[in-house]
Parts: sequence; structure tokens; C-alpha cells
Amino acid sequence: MYQIEEKIMPEAHEMRAVFAKVMDDMAKNDSRVIYMDCDLMNSIGMAKYWKENPDRAVNCGIQEANMIGAAAGMSATGLIPFTHTFGTFASRRVMDQVFVSAAYAGLNVKIIGSDPGITATLNGGTHMPLEDIGMMRCVPEVTIVEPADSVMLEDLLRKAKDTYGVFYIRLSRKVADKIYKDGSTFEIGKAAKLRDGKDATIFATGICVPEALKAADMLAAEGIEAAVSNMFTIKPIDKEAVIEAAKATGAIVTAENHNIINGLGSAVAEVLAENVCCPMERIGAKDRFGEVGDMNYLKKAMGMTAEDIAEAVKRTIARKEK
Amino acid sequence: MNQKELKIFAANIRKAALRAVSKIGAGHIGGSMSMADLMAVLYGDVMKVDPKNPKWEERDWLVVSKGHCGPAVYGALALKGYFDVEELDTVNQGGTRLPSHCDMKRTPGIDMSTGSLGQGMSTAIGAAWGSRYQGQDHYTYLVLGDGETNEGQVWEGALFAAQQKLDHLIAFIDYNKKQLDGYTADICDIGDVRKKFEDFGWDAQECDGHDVEALKAAIEKAKNTEGKPHMIVMNTIKGKDCSFAEGVLYNHHMKFKPEDYQNALDALDENIKAIEEEV
Repeated sequence: MYQIEEKIMPEAHEMRAVFAKVMDDMAKNDSRVIYMDCDLMNSIGMAKYWKENPDRAVNCGIQEANMIGAAAGMSATGLIPFTHTFGTFASRRVMDQVFVSAAYAGLNVKIIGSDPGITATLNGGTHMPLEDIGMMRCVPEVTIVEPADSVMLEDLLRKAKDTYGVFYIRLSRKVADKIYKDGSTFEIGKAAKLRDGKDATIFATGICVPEALKAADMLAAEGIEAAVSNMFTIKPIDKEAVIEAAKATGAIVTAENHNIINGLGSAVAEVLAENVCCPMERIGAKDRFGEVGDMNYLKKAMGMTAEDIAEAVKRTIARKEK
Repeated sequence: MNQKELKIFAANIRKAALRAVSKIGAGHIGGSMSMADLMAVLYGDVMKVDPKNPKWEERDWLVVSKGHCGPAVYGALALKGYFDVEELDTVNQGGTRLPSHCDMKRTPGIDMSTGSLGQGMSTAIGAAWGSRYQGQDHYTYLVLGDGETNEGQVWEGALFAAQQKLDHLIAFIDYNKKQLDGYTADICDIGDVRKKFEDFGWDAQECDGHDVEALKAAIEKAKNTEGKPHMIVMNTIKGKDCSFAEGVLYNHHMKFKPEDYQNALDALDENIKAIEEEV
């Protein structure tokens, strides 16, 4: 069960600090947990853990393909490896290793791809994974989740540990807005409803969740009631939530820090196309590469702001059949 | 098994591998034949396994990273009793447990799914790491193709395994000097690959991959060298002892006729007879 904060404020800690704390705790309580990284221990806050647990933390060096393969081999012996590198490398660079060595082989590998989409900010376009969800969606049996804040991150990490199979966890290292009250828990594959509304539904994930909530506030000021749902599991997508939202509100907007092709928007569109007729619009990168800049610049450049979402909601509502 | 028995086992593995692809009349003949003697040594003598309990926790592991040579592995597994020899006739047919490339989800006795070259290097390393971490002292064996070492992932793994001091990893390169499109020397030359692994921090040897005693000795020597992963470069002949394949340049994947198959079986039976008559 989850509870929502009354007021959305930035969290006190960076996501990576919570990630490191939870990894440390999970490893302490389960000897099967192994942490693996590709020379980014310092970037993700795991350097301390690595120094304190040299037998449990494997720094592979800059060799992502070997890391994923070695993790698959470890998992075949019963271990639960959590692997981390930037999302660009954790997806497109190791696609075949994820596909064959981990997923096709039916093994138990957890893949953390950090700096999703525009959160790579100053590292720029080369380091900006706007396609990682799309690639992972095409790999059978992979679960894809994107925590919106550190409370959700903690719960999803623990659930990934306790759920057999390949997980792709999209992780922003930075300070997130706190959406959920401490101790909240979630069900993988079930959207977390944040706000009710009868006129439209916004399905958002990751850094787009607070933007969606702001958009709903802006729309409310204009008399439009938009529901907001945090679709933190992109695969398997919560079909029931999508169908229910389409029937109840008749207009759907998705908001994601990813290419609009083959991400959350596509997953929702597929459910709609096969089940219920409903106008929708996708907020996200419009099939373009990333670029360097700060978060404010990049949100605007990509059309991922609350204003962009609110406008999309209004356009979608206007397309409803009278 | 003694030397004579191992040599006969190897010939029977070749026969079984050919049987496995004979229903379709095509398969990865060259590399299956060149690694058959190693399969005989591993399954006939070296590896601690239980065909009735393929997932036995204390078993030695085998990762055949040149996964297209499934037929040679299936031949050995069938002859060891992991499944009926008759099941070899299902290879590559819809619904089979014996696909062209090794698949741990389908086949009893296959420890790792392989087929995308280079990847078995890393998965074997992970298995060796995981076994050591859990306090087990069994060995992980790994078979790489020579052409496979063109893959960058092999060299990532080479660095990593040495860094991790995985001395219970014993790897082999089936150095039959040929890859799909011809001689390795003409395509992407791996040269003195033993020396390359030595430079990467491995304990590296070279031996005749068709000499069962030489293979046994190399494995024994590897086990007695601590602190480093082991590479045994096997000098082999692609298509070895298969009458319609050995001596043919493009023998990586071959189509063959029923009479070719019968002639090959007859020749292998002749070999077995000759081995039996050896003093």
C-alpha cells in the first residue's frame, strides 16, 4: 500500500544515496546479493560499499558486455547480481548480452540503468538514454520499472531482489520530488493512482510524475479535472488501468522521459488500440537525440514540462467525440 | 576411462554428432568434429558429473561458448546417459530439446545457453566466480572457438578473469585454424593466441587437441597452477575424422547426403576397430 504526500517537495537525499543504503541493507540480509559495476562505483554512491565488501562488490572495469554475461553466469549458480552502469550502456551497448545470456537463458539478473533520458544533463546526447525502455520492451520476459522517488526506489529494489527474472530498473541519481510517504509499497505491474479526475487521465513515469501533478493543478484552475497515475512499471503494462481510465475519462496523455516511440506512450497506445477507442497524446522526446543542457533547458527543449502536459491534455479532450 | 576407451568414446561421439544432424542432412560438422576428443576427455574422465542428476550442486560445469557445436555435446551427453541416444534424431526439429545451439532451458546437462559468440566466455566466468563465492571447489570448463576470439567480449573476459584470479576456470580454444569464411589467418588472424592469453595474465598452454593423453595432462597441469585462470589452446583439425568434411575448406556448416553419412560412419567404425586392435 502506498500513501501520497500532501505537498510535493524535493527529497532530502539524492536517489543514489538511497540506492546505496538499500543495496547495502539487502546484501547484509541476503548473501546471494552481489553488486557489480563498470567503473562507476563513485558515481552511483557505491564506493564505500565496494571498499567495505570487496568480496561482494565486483568492479568489472569499463566492460559492460562482460559484466552482464558474468552476472548471468553468477545467477546460474544461485546468486542475485545487481549490475549498474549508465542507462545508455546498460541497454543499447549490452543488448545482445541481455537478450541471450540473461533473458533467453532464463536467468536472474538485475540491471540498473542510471541517468535515464534528460537526467544525464551535462553528459549530453551520447549519454542520454531515450531508447532504453524501447529496446528492453522487445526482450521477452524482462520487467521494466522506473521509480519516481526514493520511497518507491527502495520498494522496487527489494521486489526486484525477491522476484526471479531479468529486471531493468531506470534510476535517476539526482534529488527527486517526494511523491510517496515513507514505507509505501507497490505492486509491480499495477499503476499507482495519484489523483482522481473525470475529464482525462495522465499516465506518467519517472521525472514526469511531478510535472504531471503540476499539470493537473494548472488544469484544475481552468476547471478541467485530470486524473494522474504513476505508471512505474512499463512492462508488463497495467492494461486494466489503461482500459479503465479510457472508459472513465475518455482522454489519455502519457508523459515520459524517453522517446515517444516504443516507450510508455507506445505501450499505452497498444492497449488502447486493441481494447477501447480513446483519443490520446504522448509527451516525451519526439524521436530526436538528446543534447547537453540543464534540466530546465532540457525539459523545455523536449516538451516535457507541466505546461506541455497540460496543453496535451486540453488537445486530447478537444478530440473527444461529442 | 583409459586411453583406448577414451579414443573409442571420441569416435563414438563423432558418430553420435553426425547422427544428430543426419535427419536434417546438414549441420555444424567441422567444429563438432574438431572438439570431439575434448568432449571425450571431459565426459569420459575429467568432469565430475551425474547424468541422472544434471543439476547436481557439486558437479563440474561446462560452457560450450561455440554453441553451434551442440551436436558434439549432445552426442557426449546421450552416450553418457543424460537422455536416450534415440533423442539425437530430433535435433533441430520443431519442439526438440536439442536445438542447434546449446540451450540450458531445454537440454538436460547443458549448463549455459550459448550461440551468440563471445558470450559463453563471460557466463563461464560468472559461473566460476559464483561457485567460488559459495565455497564450492568444482571446476568450470569453457570451450571457445578460434574464430570466436575475434569477439571483443572474449578479451573483456580475459582481463576480468585474470583480475579475479579465477583458477577454477579451465578454458580451451578449439584452434582448428578455420572460421566460417575460411582460414582465420586470412580473415582476422589470432596468431599466437596462447601467448596473447599469457600476456592477459592467464596460465596458458598449447597441446594436440586430438591426443586424449595430452589433453588430460594439460588439464592436470592447469589444476596444479594456482591463482590464475587457465587457457589450453588445442591444435585441432576442422572436420577431424569425418570422411566427407576433413580436408574440405568450407566445412563449418555442411549439407551432406545419406551415402556421405554412411561412409563417414563406416570410416569411424574402421577407426574404432583399429583402436581396439592397438596393443
